[in-house]
Amino acid sequence: MTAGRFVEVLRPGALSTVQDLGRPGHAHLGVPRSGALDLPAHLLANRLVGNPPDAATIETTGTGVSVRVGRAGTVAVTGAWAPVTVDGRPAGWSAPVPVPAGARVEVTAARRGLRSYLAFDGGIAAPPVLGSRSTDLLSGLGPAPLRAGDRLPLGEAAGPPAPVDVAPTGILAEELTLRVLLGPRTDWFTDDAVRLLGASRYHVSTHSNRIGVRLEGPALPRRIRRELPSEGLVLGAVQVPAAGSPVIFLADHPTMGGYPVIGVLHPDDLPQVAQAAPGGPVRFRVVRARPVRRVAGRPLAADSAPVPAT
Amino acid sequence: MVRIIPVGLRALLVEVTEPAHTAALAADLHRWRDRGELAGVWDVVPGELTVLLDGLDDPPALAGRLAGWRPSSSRPPDGPLVEVPVRYDGADLAEVARHWRVTEEEVRRIHSAPEYRVAFCGFAPGFGYLTGLPERYHLPRRAVPRTRVPAGSVALAGGYAGIYPRDSPGGWQLLGCTDLVLFDPDRDPVALLTPGTRVRFRDVDVEDGSDGGRGRGGRGGADGRGGGGRGGADGRGGIAGVDEDAGGRPGARARHDAGRGESPA
Repeated sequence: MTAGRFVEVLRPGALSTVQDLGRPGHAHLGVPRSGALDLPAHLLANRLVGNPPDAATIETTGTGVSVRVGRAGTVAVTGAWAPVTVDGRPAGWSAPVPVPAGARVEVTAARRGLRSYLAFDGGIAAPPVLGSRSTDLLSGLGPAPLRAGDRLPLGEAAGPPAPVDVAPTGILAEELTLRVLLGPRTDWFTDDAVRLLGASRYHVSTHSNRIGVRLEGPALPRRIRRELPSEGLVLGAVQVPAAGSPVIFLADHPTMGGYPVIGVLHPDDLPQVAQAAPGGPVRFRVVRARPVRRVAGRPLAADSAPVPAT
Repeated sequence: MVRIIPVGLRALLVEVTEPAHTAALAADLHRWRDRGELAGVWDVVPGELTVLLDGLDDPPALAGRLAGWRPSSSRPPDGPLVEVPVRYDGADLAEVARHWRVTEEEVRRIHSAPEYRVAFCGFAPGFGYLTGLPERYHLPRRAVPRTRVPAGSVALAGGYAGIYPRDSPGGWQLLGCTDLVLFDPDRDPVALLTPGTRVRFRDVDVEDGSDGGRGRGGRGGADGRGGGGRGGADGRGGIAGVDEDAGGRPGARARHDAGRGESPA
C-alpha cells in the first residue's frame, strides 16, 4: 500500500468490523447480505468525509476503537454517541474532523447506543468479496474482525469533506418502540401471542450480535406446532424459535430459517435496533398488513394500519 | 395453486403445495426478472415449499400477477449437471449401512445412483440441499452433532444429501468426502451448487465411474425429488450464544455458534 495510505488498529475494542452496504443478491446461494447495521449512521459518516455511500467504514461495538491514521485527511464518527479524541484532545462527534498524518483517533465507549461508525476520506480499501467489503460474522466472508496491529488500506479521497461543523442527528430513545408488520407466519401463533407481542416489554439479551438481537421476555405461544419447512428470511424478521422468545434478525442473518416469523420490522426502525445495547428495553407496536390481494395496485405501506395493542 | 404472503414492506413469500413446484416457480420468476418484470427485486430465494422475493418495488402488483400461477410443466427445467467425485470413507458409513440394512458397498451404490437436484441453498455459502434420494433411504440426523465436520464432507440427513462447503459444526451422517471446492468467492461461478443444479456423485474407487454401481439404486432415483424428510431441526434459525462483548475472538465464536442456526449443524 502507498506510503501513509492506511489506518493501523491500536485497540480493536470488543468487536470492530469493516462495513459498507453489504452484498445483497446472493441469498439463493446461502450468502447473507451483511453490511452496516445502522445504515443512516454509516451513510452520514461517509457524507461528512466526502465519500460515496458505498465506501467502507469501521463499525464498533460498545467499547469503541482506536486507530492511527497514516496520512493527513478527514475522519468522522457517527452512530452511537461516544466522545472522540484526536491525539488525546477532544474532537467533534458527527462532524468532519481534519487529522494530521500519524494522528491517533480514539472512539471511546458508547455513552448512548451501541455501534459507532468511523469513516476516513477515501474509505477502507480492503479487498471486496462478492462486491462488498463487509465483514459477515455468520459466513466468515469479508475482512476478519479487527485486531490490534492490523493495517487497513485507505482509498483515494473522492471529494471534499462536507461543509458543516456538526451534522444534526436524532436522539436514541432509552426504550425502543419498534413497528412490526405481521406476517408471514402470524397464523402459526395463537391470538394471545400477537397480543403479548404488542403488550409486553422485552429486554435485549447479551446473546445478541450482528446476526440477530435475542430478546428476553414473554414467550409467544404457537398454534401450529409442526415443523416449518425451511424458508427464506428477510432483514428485520422477528422469528420465534422453539423456546418462544423472539429474535430480530439483523444484516448477518442466515438466509434460511426453520422457525416461524411472526412479523417483520418496519425498515425505518432497524437503525434503532442496531443501537440497542444488551439489557435495553424494547416494545413492539403491531401493524397489521392487510391481505395483499385487496390492496393490489397500491403500495402496501400506505395500507398498513396500526392495530392498537390490547 | 399458490398462496402469497406479504413479508414486511418489500417482500413476498410465495408458497406452493408440492416441493417440485418450487423449482418451476423459481424458474418462472427468474425469467420474469431477466425480462425486467420484477422491478426492484434483489433476491429470489427458493425454500422447501416457498420462493421468497425480496426488494420488490410493488409487492401488491406482483401478488396480483402471481395469484393465478400454475406450474407450466410437471418437470422443472434442467439446470447444469455437476459431477461430484466421492471417496466413500466417511465416519458414518457403517452406521448408515446398518440403518439401511445393506453392506457399506451397497451404501456407496445407493448414494451414487440417483441424479439429485439442488432444491435450495442455506446454512452456509454454497451449501445445497439435494433431493433425489428415494424415500426409503431417508435418515435421521446424528443424535449428537459433531463440533467439526471437515470441508468437502458428503453427508445425508432427513430426505436430503449435502456437501459441507467448509469446516463447520454438523449433525448430518458422513458418507465420504470430495475435493471439489463448493464455494469460492474469487471464482466464477462462486457456488458450484445453485438451486436447480443437477448433481451426480461418482465413486472414485469404481473403475471408469460412468456406470459404476448405478444399477441398484437407480430405480428410485429418477423422480429427482425427495420431499417429506427434514434436514434436521435443532437450533434452526437461532443465533446461539454469541456474545460480541465477550472479547477474545468474537468473530470466530460467532461463526462457530451461528453455524448451528441451520439444519446441517
